Amino acid sequence: MAFLSEEKIIELQKKANDIRISIIEMLLTAGSGHTAGPLGMTDIFTLFYFHILKHDPKNPSWEDRDRLVLSNGHICPVLYATMAHAGYFPIEELKTLRKFGTRLQGHPHREYLPYVENSSGPLGSGLSQAAGMALADKMDKKDKDRFIYCFMSDGELNEGNSWEAIMLAGKYKLRNLIAIVDRNNIQIEGVTEEIMPLEPLADKWRSFNWHVIEVGGHDFVSLNQAVEEAQAIYEKPTVIIAHTIPGRGVRAFERNYKWHGKAPNKEEAEMALKELRQNA
Amino acid sequence: MLNPKLKLNPKIFNQDCEQIPTRKGFGEGLALAGEADSNVVGLCADLTESTAMNLFADKFPERFIQVGVAEQNLVTVASGMAAMGKIPFCSSYAMFSPGRNWEQIRTTISYNDRKVVIVGSHSGILVGPDGGTHQALEDIGLMRMLPNMDVVNPCDAIEAKKATMTLAKTPKPAYIRLGRAPSPVVTTEETPFNFGKAEIFWMPDVSLAQVGIIATGGLVHRAILAAKELESQEESERVKTKVMNLSSIKPIDVNAIVVLAKECKAIVIVEEHQVAGGMGSAVAEVLAQNFPVPMEFVGVQDRFGQSGTPDELIEEYGMGKDSIKDAVRKVLQRKL
Repeated sequence: MAFLSEEKIIELQKKANDIRISIIEMLLTAGSGHTAGPLGMTDIFTLFYFHILKHDPKNPSWEDRDRLVLSNGHICPVLYATMAHAGYFPIEELKTLRKFGTRLQGHPHREYLPYVENSSGPLGSGLSQAAGMALADKMDKKDKDRFIYCFMSDGELNEGNSWEAIMLAGKYKLRNLIAIVDRNNIQIEGVTEEIMPLEPLADKWRSFNWHVIEVGGHDFVSLNQAVEEAQAIYEKPTVIIAHTIPGRGVRAFERNYKWHGKAPNKEEAEMALKELRQNA
Repeated sequence: MLNPKLKLNPKIFNQDCEQIPTRKGFGEGLALAGEADSNVVGLCADLTESTAMNLFADKFPERFIQVGVAEQNLVTVASGMAAMGKIPFCSSYAMFSPGRNWEQIRTTISYNDRKVVIVGSHSGILVGPDGGTHQALEDIGLMRMLPNMDVVNPCDAIEAKKATMTLAKTPKPAYIRLGRAPSPVVTTEETPFNFGKAEIFWMPDVSLAQVGIIATGGLVHRAILAAKELESQEESERVKTKVMNLSSIKPIDVNAIVVLAKECKAIVIVEEHQVAGGMGSAVAEVLAQNFPVPMEFVGVQDRFGQSGTPDELIEEYGMGKDSIKDAVRKVLQRKL
């Protein structure tokens, strides 16, 4: 990881826009899937796969790679699109999302697509898997060599399993574990604070002995700084609560929970693609 | 007679036959597996002594993770450790793991193909006074239904030790079922344990058996006692049986089960589990497809457990020696 130059930021912005276009195209072809979460997390995925992560798309099983665990598997269109753009598999393959025989299952399955670190879908279990990875590295004294990242949603903080993992990571002071919470304030049936309030969310994590950073989820410079700070914290795990706009990039989808769990139809997709292509 | 090839415990019929809980055998086996392979790690949900994982934890404190009373975390953290090359054993009571965390086991271990061994202690009705909430009678069914999951239910502490050491080396995720109460030691250190193979523990001295008894777990001992009594009756009442120890419920030894059914043409199942979905259901699936014969099931008949001593409960729930004998006579009547 390094300093973000002006040129790099422009490159990341362009890449993120391309990935958003791929997400809309995939969802249209699939006819089902989640829209708001993937678009909202695109900038973070782009920053990680094109700047932060220690990884090698040509050698996906490289032992020393950082591990990125996606907990809320339903946002996998952004994972698949980013991985394809990073060179893990052909971009053309994105059109097979959710189709019979695809490697791109509706929720990620490691047996079909070995480049993902874990199979996921049912919520609340990703952070504990990431904590297990971080614990194993701590045991093997490899916790200074690589980081274990867990991308998770705010809605899945309703799950008890999430808090069990948060408690354990605090107990074992897993400095190599960095969680990124997609704080987009929506879940499938509505706004998080109406369904099951999470606030004061930062205080909750802090009280479980985590280092907490709050940051805007679409600004590469501050996101990059947040990750650098997380990596510098030595005695605790860190959570980056990233405030994102669900549906980011397509004005009609932004901040509307109704786009959490559905895919655009042809008209909606065309409108979205038109808007995104104007940015290109 | 006891199968002479298997070097079973000769004291099996004596009052002073040693009684050791299978969980203790597991604890000893895990300590040995930990010596053999430094990747073996132990995780526990606040029941380290009760599940005998302390035998490992005391020896390898740096390889032991205490997750607290959090069974969902227990297995998912184990999944993550397995992803980094560890061989995690995670123990709790069967009612909580796999009882409470079944979906996490399904998604993050069997579907995700991570080599984790789930250790469910205090299974079955013999848990006794703790009562129905703590008596897991559905765990074999829950676990054998999962693709990519082996299931082992050792018949005694020695077999539990061997099974534990074996499961540290097998490629697939696995569930091992253990009991709380001391149970008679049926095997010896010399008895072979071949994972995936079922063995005949009791057989007639001469001639063929009339009924095959397939037993699993702690009730194998009672099945052998019943078999001996049936054979010692006067000639008009005498029934010759074979008793199979089916500790490896998945993978299941199809060949051995079919061979037994072909010889006896009548099968009695003995297990400390709901009849629905347990080992007997697995055997019925095998026989219905290969060689259907009449079957009787000694097990829990769609009820929950309750408080009591193990002996009281075994009688109340119809899993004692006499119930096994009754089932043998009943299935004999049904033979074509």
